[in-house]
Amino acid sequence: MPLKTKDLISIKDLDRDELRLILDTAESFKEVGTREIKKVPTLRGKTVVNLFFEPSTRTRTSFELAAKRLSADLVNISASGSSAAKGETLLDTARNIEAMQADLIIVRHPCAGAPLLLARKMTSAVINAGDGAHEHPTQALLDLFTIRERKKTFEGLTVVIVGDILHSRVARSDIHALRMVGATVRVVGPPTMIPREITDWGAEVFYRFDEALKGADVIIILRLQLERQGRSLYPTFREYSNLYGLTPRRLALAKDDAMVMHPGPINRGVEISPDVADGLSSVILSQTTNGVAVRMAVLYLLSVGARADEAGPGSDEK
Amino acid sequence: MKSNERIVLDALGIGRALSRVAHEIIERNKGLADLTLVGIRTGGVHLAHRLAGKLKEIEGAVLPVGALDITLYRDDLSKKSEQPAVRRTEIGFDITDKKVILVDDVLFTGRTIRAAMDELIDFGRPREIQLAVLIDRGHRELPIRANYVGKSLPTAPEEKVEVLLKEEGEEDRVIIENAIKD
Repeated sequence: MPLKTKDLISIKDLDRDELRLILDTAESFKEVGTREIKKVPTLRGKTVVNLFFEPSTRTRTSFELAAKRLSADLVNISASGSSAAKGETLLDTARNIEAMQADLIIVRHPCAGAPLLLARKMTSAVINAGDGAHEHPTQALLDLFTIRERKKTFEGLTVVIVGDILHSRVARSDIHALRMVGATVRVVGPPTMIPREITDWGAEVFYRFDEALKGADVIIILRLQLERQGRSLYPTFREYSNLYGLTPRRLALAKDDAMVMHPGPINRGVEISPDVADGLSSVILSQTTNGVAVRMAVLYLLSVGARADEAGPGSDEK
Repeated sequence: MKSNERIVLDALGIGRALSRVAHEIIERNKGLADLTLVGIRTGGVHLAHRLAGKLKEIEGAVLPVGALDITLYRDDLSKKSEQPAVRRTEIGFDITDKKVILVDDVLFTGRTIRAAMDELIDFGRPREIQLAVLIDRGHRELPIRANYVGKSLPTAPEEKVEVLLKEEGEEDRVIIENAIKD
């Protein structure tokens, strides 16, 4: 069963079955990462372009390793060194990349909607690697993969997302994905960081971290975006850390087997105390490992075989 | 399109064929030293386990059994075909300097075996790779042949051969489906 979508822009592009297909496929790809030769010939001859208009190390490297482990050729283009700095429009940049026969384009852009614009105009598959405060679908997929790996199921799980929900594309993608698989989602943060429409997405709102943590199975901590400081969303660093930092004392309020997640990079001592970040409940490094496997699955599913609407007869008859 | 199917091998026949293949493996390798079995998903894995059982009955030694999913090594991935599901490869032992017996249910074009050999070699450098299949139906497109064959079955290219096994909830049998146009 292939994916129905040409691109992956939003978690909403997927249905529940497709979401599960991606997670199941990622499990097979995780095994490839444990081999001595961490490479399979699956996407030989395909060209993948990492088009990043925002700084990123983890996501860019993760996509790069995913593409390379599948034997695709990968080119990195970043905003600072590209012709965007010379005034070329996004669409012109993308059309030039497409003219070089790129099969897949991975886009990160500070403006929400930029990847969608490209997806509509281009025949290549486009993957959103984070657009403004909109979505970051592969992060949500790797978060779900990591949760399922430890908890086996999503039924009956309570997931707490803490931090700047308003500006977080990770939170948006996570909430949509977690609701789709049937988990209960609580969001918690200062009122200035909770968007008004949040209840429409099916999340419960809390303002006190201690209350939100009661009975939690999973805690997803969002990075306090230091670059947004000075926008009067919270009075001081220290106050934010006191009210919304995850400490061992707070972690004890959640279930005994609660797991702690963070999309990275972490600000030690701000939103997460070092004891928690390095503790047994933390799966932050597993998230990074799983990110490569999940992105391999997405690259594979978006580029191999025909889509449902154009599939011909199978060729593997015995 | 209608199809009629006929049984070419029943449960007893499959059992006898596998017993003979087991004896041939022992004979050819003069015992079971350094031998490992790797089945190709899905049917080949079940047959590899059955062969391991027979070999244990005869020689008393237990051989390691691995499972290979060749999807990522297929040569028709970029062709217009349905997207194949990727399943897990599980080889929990080192194959370097070992003799690996690849096991599959049906040998047809040989393309699956080509993919399987490429994948195996990414796991290590086996001393030797041998091939055991339950059914050899002919029509090779690559220079590949099996060392052990349960049953050679002359077929027409458009016919379909299916190995049904009880591990998959079926009654053990091999059927040949003959497509008839209306």
